[in-house]
Amino acid sequence: MNLILLAIIALGAIGLIAALLLYFASQKFAVHEDERIGQVSAVLPQANCGGCGFPGCAGFAGACVKAADEGSLEGLLCPVGGQPVMEQVAGILGMTVEASAPKVAVVRCNGSCENRPRLVQFDGAQSCKVQQMIGMGETGCSYGCFGCGDCVKACKFDAIHINPETLLPEVDEEKCTACGACAKACPRQIIEVRLKGPKNRRMVVLCNNKDKGAIANKWCKASCIGCGKCVKACEKFEAITVTKNLAYIDAEKCKLCRKCEEACPKGAIHAINMPPRKPKTDAPAAPKAEAPVATNAPSAPTNQNTPNNPTNQN
Amino acid sequence: MKTFKIGGVHPEENKLSAGQPIREAQLPKQAVFSMFQHIGAPANAVVKKGDVVKVGTLLGEAGGFVSAPIYSSVSGKVSKVDVALDASGLRRMAVTVDVEGDEWEESIDRSKDLVKLADRPDLDGKTIVEKIKTAGIVGMGGATFPTHVKLCPPPGKVAECVIVNAVECEPYLTADHSLMLAHPEEILVGLQLVMKAVGVNKGYIGIECNKPDAIKLMTEKSAQYPEIEVVPLQMKYPQGGEKQLIDAVIGRQVPAPPALPIDTGAIVQNVGTCFAIYEAVMKNKPLIDRVITVTGKSLKQPSNLLARLGTPFSQLIDECGGLPEDTGKVIGGGPMMGKALLSLDVPMTKGSSGLLIMNNKEARRAEAEPCIRCAKCVGACPMGLEPYFLAKVSEQTDWDVAEQNDITSCIECGSCQFTCPSHRPLLDYIRLGKSTVMGIIRSRAAK
Repeated sequence: MNLILLAIIALGAIGLIAALLLYFASQKFAVHEDERIGQVSAVLPQANCGGCGFPGCAGFAGACVKAADEGSLEGLLCPVGGQPVMEQVAGILGMTVEASAPKVAVVRCNGSCENRPRLVQFDGAQSCKVQQMIGMGETGCSYGCFGCGDCVKACKFDAIHINPETLLPEVDEEKCTACGACAKACPRQIIEVRLKGPKNRRMVVLCNNKDKGAIANKWCKASCIGCGKCVKACEKFEAITVTKNLAYIDAEKCKLCRKCEEACPKGAIHAINMPPRKPKTDAPAAPKAEAPVATNAPSAPTNQNTPNNPTNQN
Repeated sequence: MKTFKIGGVHPEENKLSAGQPIREAQLPKQAVFSMFQHIGAPANAVVKKGDVVKVGTLLGEAGGFVSAPIYSSVSGKVSKVDVALDASGLRRMAVTVDVEGDEWEESIDRSKDLVKLADRPDLDGKTIVEKIKTAGIVGMGGATFPTHVKLCPPPGKVAECVIVNAVECEPYLTADHSLMLAHPEEILVGLQLVMKAVGVNKGYIGIECNKPDAIKLMTEKSAQYPEIEVVPLQMKYPQGGEKQLIDAVIGRQVPAPPALPIDTGAIVQNVGTCFAIYEAVMKNKPLIDRVITVTGKSLKQPSNLLARLGTPFSQLIDECGGLPEDTGKVIGGGPMMGKALLSLDVPMTKGSSGLLIMNNKEARRAEAEPCIRCAKCVGACPMGLEPYFLAKVSEQTDWDVAEQNDITSCIECGSCQFTCPSHRPLLDYIRLGKSTVMGIIRSRAAK
C-alpha cells in the first residue's frame, strides 16, 4: 500500500514540476505571430502552387501583411484566386487593391505534326528538359515544342494537356489560373502568361522561332519568319514589334482589329475566341491569307532532308 | 595486369575495322568548319564571304584562354559565314568553304621524314606550348578540351608524369589503334614533346590488352627511350576515362570535384593528340585532319579514314560502301558515349573519333521498366556513385540532394544505363541533373 502511495506522490510531483517548467518555457519562448497572417491565409486558395512568387500560400500571406504594414499591396497577386481573393485579402488588411486584368497561359507554338514534320525519333527519357540538353529535338525547328509534356507535369490544376493529334499542349482556359508553373517548366520558354483580353479575345503570334526567315520557313509551315508585314499592318497602334526574327504582339496596346492576322503570310498570327469573320470582310482576306501559304508550300521543302535523315536521336 | 579499381563494365568489343590500315579520304566538295569544335569559348570567325583560303589558313581565332583557333583544311573560297547544323544537334556559327584544288600554306612541312626531339635542341617548354596553342590542338579522344590549357597546370600544382591514353575502350572504335600501328615513332616523339613542355621525365603509354600488336610495336619502338614505359591494361570500360586511366596506370585516385586530374601529378593525353602535337611542333601543321573510324555491322567496308576536318559525314559513309538500307541510327563517336546525329550532312570536327551506323534492330532502346533495386548500376559506376538514386532525384528536380550525392563527379560514361536490366534512361536524367547542378554551383560562385 505504501509503495503505491509513494509512486503516486512521486509521479504527481514530477508531473507538477514538469508542468510548471513547461508553463514558464511557453511564456518565455512564446512566438507572437501576427494574427492577420492566419486570417489572410484562410482566404487564400491553399493550392501552394508558388504562382505568386512566394513559397506557398503561407509565405504569400506573410508577404501581404508585411506589405500592408508598409502601406501598399501593389505588385502582390494570387493568380489562382485572382481579383475576388485579393479584395478579401485587402478587406482583412484594411487596404484597397487596384483591379488587375486576368491572365492565361498561351502556348506559342503551332508546330503540329502536319505543319512541322518529325525528322527523327527520340526514344530516350520522356522529358523536354532532357531533349533540350541533347539538341534540337525531333524536328528541324530549334525553338518549337518538344511535346514531351513537362508543362503537363508541372500543372497543379489539370489545365494543360497534350493533344495526341498535334502533339502540342493545349490550355484549358476555364481551369488555367495563370500561376505560370508551366511557363517555368518549359525549357524553351514557349509558354507565355498573357492578358486574357476583353471577353477572352486576344491576338497571339503562335510561334517562338528566332531563326532567320529562310531556316524557320524551311522546317515549319506555321512559323513566324520575321518579315515585318504585321508591324506595317499595325502602324496605327504600334502593338507589334519584331525582335530576333520573331513578331510579338503587346496585349496592352492591341485593339483586336485583326489586320495583322490578314497580313501574316504564314498564318502565324491567330485570333483566339473571336467570332468567325463576316463573309464581306472574309472575301478579300481569305485569298490573301491563303495564297502566300500555298506558294510557300512547294518552296518549303520540309521533307528535303528526310532521305538523309534516317537517324533516331539517341 | 593493371586496371582501375571501382566498377566498370564489359561491352561487346565489335572492333570490326581493327587491323585496317589508315586510308586517306577524298577531299570534300564543300567543307564546313564549326566555330564550336572544343570545350570553352567558341572561336571567332576572321574570314568573310568571298575570301580565298588555303590549307592551313586561319578561319577562326581563339575566343579566350580556354579556346582554340580553327584552321581551314581545304583550299578554296569562303561561301558562307552563318549558322549551320553541327554534330551536337544545334545550329551554330560555322564557316563554309567551297573547295578548289588542294593548295597548302607554304609554312607547313609536308614531308614524311621523322624529326626526333634530339634533332631540335632549340625547342624549350614554352615554345612547345605556344606552338600547340597556335595549332589549335584539343583533346582528340572526344572531350575536345584545349591541350595548351592542360599543359599549363594551375599555380601550386606540379606534374610528375605524362600518361598517353591509348586505351580506346569504346567498342567499335579503332582509330587510335590504327594510328599507333601506322605512326608509332611520331607518337613517341609527341609524348616526349609533352613531357618537355611540362618538365617531367616519366611517360607512360596505357594500352588495353585487346591490341597486342600495338603493345608489341610500341614496346619495341620505345626501347630507345628509357623514360617511356608501355603499360598493358586489362580490358574494362571506361578505362579510357582520364580518372580511370590514372588509377589504372599509377594507382592514384583523383579526388571529387573541384579537384583536377593534375592533383595526382598526372597529365593525360590521347594518342591522337600526341600525334597532332608532333605534327604541329615538328612539321608546323595546324590541326586540320584526323583519323576517324567509320563502322557498323551492316556497313560494307568498315574503315579507318584519315579525313580533313569539315568533311560531311555522308561523304565518309559513301567512301565505306554507302549507307546500308537497314540503318536505324547514326552515332557520332562510339556506342557508349557518342551522340546520335540529326542529319548526315553535318561536318566532322576535331573531336570526331568515330562514326557508327546501327541497324534498325540495334538502334531502338528497349522500353523502360520500373527500377527493381538490383543495384547493378551502383556496382558498375566507375565513380562510386548511386546512379539509380541520382536519376530519380534529377527526375524530381531535387537539385540539392543531387548535389549532396556528388552528381558532378559523374563522367557520363553510360555504364549504369548499359548494365540496367530494366533499361531505364538513367544517364539521360543524370546528365540533366549534372548540368543543372553545375549551373547552380557556377551562379553561386558568381555571387
